[in-house]
Amino acid sequence: MTSLASLLLTGVVLTDFAILATSRMSTCIRAIGVQGLILATLPLALHPGWSLHTLGLAAGTAVVKAVALPWFLAWAIREVNVRREVEPLVGYVTSVLVGAVAVAVSFVVAPKLPLPDSHGTLLVAVALSNVLTGLIVLTSRLKAITQVVGYLMLENGIFVFGLTQTQRVPFLLELGVLLDVFVGVFVMGIVVFHINREFDSLGSARFDEGGRR
Amino acid sequence: MILLALVAVPALGAVGAYVHREEGYRTAWLVAAAVAHLAIVSLVWVTRPDPALAGWIAAEGLGLLVLTVLSLLFLAAAMYTVGYLRHESPRGGRLFVTCLLTFLGAGSLVALSQHLGLLWVGMEATTLSVAPLIFHRHDRRSLEAVWTYLVMSSVGIALALLGTFFMATAQFSAPAADRPLVLADLVRSAQRLDPAWLKAAFVFLLAGYGTKMGLAPMHTWKPDTYGEAPPLVGALMAGGLTSLAFLGVARTTQVVEAAGLGSFAQPVLVGFGMISLVLAAVFVLGQSDLKRLLAYSSVEHMGLLVLGLGLGGVGAYGSALHVVNNALAKGLLFLAVGNVALATGTASTAETQGLGRALPVSAALLTVGLFAATGSPPFGPFLSEFMILRAALSGGHVVLALVVIGLLVTVFGGMALRILRVVHGEPSQQPRGDTEGIWLIAAPLALALAVLMLGSYIPEPLERVLGQAAAALGGRAP
Repeated sequence: MTSLASLLLTGVVLTDFAILATSRMSTCIRAIGVQGLILATLPLALHPGWSLHTLGLAAGTAVVKAVALPWFLAWAIREVNVRREVEPLVGYVTSVLVGAVAVAVSFVVAPKLPLPDSHGTLLVAVALSNVLTGLIVLTSRLKAITQVVGYLMLENGIFVFGLTQTQRVPFLLELGVLLDVFVGVFVMGIVVFHINREFDSLGSARFDEGGRR
Repeated sequence: MILLALVAVPALGAVGAYVHREEGYRTAWLVAAAVAHLAIVSLVWVTRPDPALAGWIAAEGLGLLVLTVLSLLFLAAAMYTVGYLRHESPRGGRLFVTCLLTFLGAGSLVALSQHLGLLWVGMEATTLSVAPLIFHRHDRRSLEAVWTYLVMSSVGIALALLGTFFMATAQFSAPAADRPLVLADLVRSAQRLDPAWLKAAFVFLLAGYGTKMGLAPMHTWKPDTYGEAPPLVGALMAGGLTSLAFLGVARTTQVVEAAGLGSFAQPVLVGFGMISLVLAAVFVLGQSDLKRLLAYSSVEHMGLLVLGLGLGGVGAYGSALHVVNNALAKGLLFLAVGNVALATGTASTAETQGLGRALPVSAALLTVGLFAATGSPPFGPFLSEFMILRAALSGGHVVLALVVIGLLVTVFGGMALRILRVVHGEPSQQPRGDTEGIWLIAAPLALALAVLMLGSYIPEPLERVLGQAAAALGGRAP
């Protein structure tokens, strides 16, 4: 593990907290874009040999996670004209604290896991923190777009975990995973767009007031 | 080559259908691709082609079974679509057929894949291809349904991806020559996988694919989604998508069993099975919408599938057979309910009473579907449910078996009460239009005949593949 890689991984955790702490959607989206960019550079820092495989993975990740998805999400909030998260189920201070606990737990658990090589420990710790904070955002926020951001954090965490396996998992498969994530968020975005048309607001929780049952 | 055609033909059809502006051409593409797909599947049964793509893709055991029911069910749904589109044209017309065919292609990929990563990619593609089909009406309720479905499925499938990576990590102690995540290699050197990572992989894969199956308590997307989806999409989801997800769970269990960790996996599977059965029995009683009723019936059958898997022995054979039976019975029921909904404009049981006279054929099919899906003799599900119960008894779980019987009877009572009222009750309204055209009747009728046949006669080739599937899962033929 080079010091550059450690620095990048720290950056990933910082962007998690940026998302946990903010109510502004544009900040959320910018943070998830920065996180995508960091993820794209991670394979380069981790495997200094720069094989075609690593380069392809970095390029694909950069295109999907740092450019296409943030751009699409930014388009979506502009189109439907939402700026802020309405009062979330869990307050921002609380969710930052819960996030801190989740990150601490991840860093305590990760070294205990049996790993082929020791330098994977930090990767696993960051991966678990990202998965947990992603789940926190997914469950505690009410706006559909923020939930999509939470889902992306979850996916990014899994991506970081996958980096412990890059040399074993074939490139085509990674492309397949990236493509699926991209299409997934795209479909979610389309649904968000229609939800907004139908409800004039992006709150997925407001569905419950829709006179059903 | 043949195996790759199973993915390529639907993909080609999807593109072909999208290009045409006229609906007639699109449905022609749909039916043609479905027929071609089934023809190739029959060819696979006859020729048994070798694995392709360096062993990543093969048709064997449970995968072949799932592939076959998917193909049969899809042809039925495709034929039904021809009639359905004459009565109701979904918004986003062109996308409808394209998404259906994409689902078939991605589903075939899942059924064929011998690589857990490829299986994941296919599974995610099926999830996404179904989403536009659910919200084709673009109204409030279907948007609510599709959002719940998307978020729950996406999180579930993300957990399954994490589980897949855990599985790859568990391989670090396996021989270096082993290909990562290839099922045959995983099973062969299962004893040398790292048990801690393998257990973690099992838990995450079960949670992930279990969400897609709709096992309780991860089933909450199911009632809304099945309630809003067009009937033929409901049929494909309840019969096809859930079977594919079960295949994911079964593949994982296969590795865990081979590693000698069966005592860890089995109680978990039995537990999920029982929770699903209990929950289905409780909620079936309160449903007043036919499609939501079927959703809880689906939760029940998913519970039975993992229960059989967890009990092992004859139970694994019963589960493999139940995959086929459940798919056929659910397809039949959804299409029959679809006819009712097309005729009356609603699937609410209060407004669809006494249709026996106005829609004699659909009402009869609905009754047959009721008895088939609740596991009454002489239909196929009776046989497979009986095997799962036998596995419980021979394993010494008498109390468990009795509880399961009680729950099955409860579900039967709840469903019979609602459905028989739809057939025999006092007519509450005159149905609009004639929905007993040949296209809308032939498909459920064919499914009814198939599920009836499986109750008394299992063809020899099918029996052999069932045996293979059960053996791979650590079970045996009765």
